[in-house]
Amino acid sequence: MNYPETYRYTKEHEWVSLSGDTAIIGITFHAQEELGDIVYVDLPKPGAQLEAGKSFGSVESVKAVSDIYAPLGGEVLEANDLLANAPEKLNEDPHGAAWLIKIRVADPAEFNNLLASSDYQKYVGAES
Amino acid sequence: MIAYRMTSPPLQRTPLNDVHRNAGAKMVDFGGWDMPVQYSGLIDEHNTVRNAVGLFDVSHMGEIEIRGPEAIKLADHVSTNAVTRLKQGQAQYSGLLYEHGGFVDDILVHKVADDSIFICVNASNQEKDFEHIRDANHFDCEVEFASPKYAQIAIQGPKALETAQRLTAIPLAPIRYYWFTDGEFAGVPARIARTGYTGEDGFEVYVAPENAVKVWNAIMDAGRPAGIKPCGLGARNTLRLESKMALYGHEIGPSISPLEADLAWIVKFDKGDFIGRDALLKQRDKGLTRRLAGFEMRGRGIGRDGYEVLLDGQPAGWVTSGSPGPTLNKNIGLCYLPVDRAKPGEKIEIVVRNQAVEAETVPTPFYRRPQ
Repeated sequence: MNYPETYRYTKEHEWVSLSGDTAIIGITFHAQEELGDIVYVDLPKPGAQLEAGKSFGSVESVKAVSDIYAPLGGEVLEANDLLANAPEKLNEDPHGAAWLIKIRVADPAEFNNLLASSDYQKYVGAES
Repeated sequence: MIAYRMTSPPLQRTPLNDVHRNAGAKMVDFGGWDMPVQYSGLIDEHNTVRNAVGLFDVSHMGEIEIRGPEAIKLADHVSTNAVTRLKQGQAQYSGLLYEHGGFVDDILVHKVADDSIFICVNASNQEKDFEHIRDANHFDCEVEFASPKYAQIAIQGPKALETAQRLTAIPLAPIRYYWFTDGEFAGVPARIARTGYTGEDGFEVYVAPENAVKVWNAIMDAGRPAGIKPCGLGARNTLRLESKMALYGHEIGPSISPLEADLAWIVKFDKGDFIGRDALLKQRDKGLTRRLAGFEMRGRGIGRDGYEVLLDGQPAGWVTSGSPGPTLNKNIGLCYLPVDRAKPGEKIEIVVRNQAVEAETVPTPFYRRPQ
């Protein structure tokens, strides 16, 4: 699986891409694979404040429900409408069309504290 | 980082462990067993079993054999259903109870002969079940912990019959549901039972562990024209839930009686004494306080195992199993409710992550296969 070099990752299996002070957040290919068939995605509404490390939503598969944690703090600008009606897209394109939320990041410098692609891949390799 | 030493015992493996791993199955710790939870995907596997045929490794299940002149008497004494009414080659679903009426386990009792009973039990309960039966043995027979002698493979789905038939000269169509026969299957000695845990037609085949890989591969080959797929425990769970088949530790357990679990049909009071009978009679005469009921979610959410159930806004019960039902395209589940409300058509709420979500009790099973 391709874990884009330009993204950063968390040990809770979220990814982040940053452009200026706007970040897009999703869950990783590894995460969706662990969850299996996804049936619900619960996301915050625009305007909600995220605190880094705190749960901001959940992803539910046939088997189980998992929290999603905010890799960075900030304000939610947009939640991906696609996932409300087609949660299964998260199994198909987790690093692309099935992103979760866009946020305005409180401190863009924190981005560099997250895991690089190679480190994340080592992490999930070691975990499995 | 601290380097942790393994303190838990190593996971047990079925003879098919390498087959699962080589096929890319996702493995999980299931009650101390390293088992495949899914192969191609839970929903895909579920639908394959409903529409074609799926293959399950259920070798983790346990087997107990009772042999001797009074084998039937012992089996009848420890179980709720009437073993005396079984014909040779017939199987029955039954309960193994404590004196207080709660479940030790739910079991499948097979009558091999007048002096030979074969019992299939849950993996995580097998040692406990064996001790329970052995301790109750005041009869002229012997109880054997037979799990090491068997691997078990389940072929399930509308195309199970045509698939299995390719592998044996024994005519399988005449074997009725919940009957079995012994004979050669895929070139090895086998017990072929028309039983299952999916709500579909199918067979559960018991073979010696050293033959398991050979038999598994033969079934995969024989099922290719029918579109056979290997399936994991994830699909097994959604399939059994749609068919409202109980799962130990969820719908049933030591603190739950068969009457409460809506399993009165496996309790034969008129057969004479058995372990747990007095407690069940007392419970029946006093009247039940709670009973298992099926529900469908009306609001958005899934009521999962252990979630609280509200009636009129007050805590009234708990969910035993809950999941999307892939065949039904609805979110379904089972729960315990006060007995007077455990009937279809009740508006209930289920607390899903601190939010009360609307649901409604419905008739069960949720799914019944087309005849």
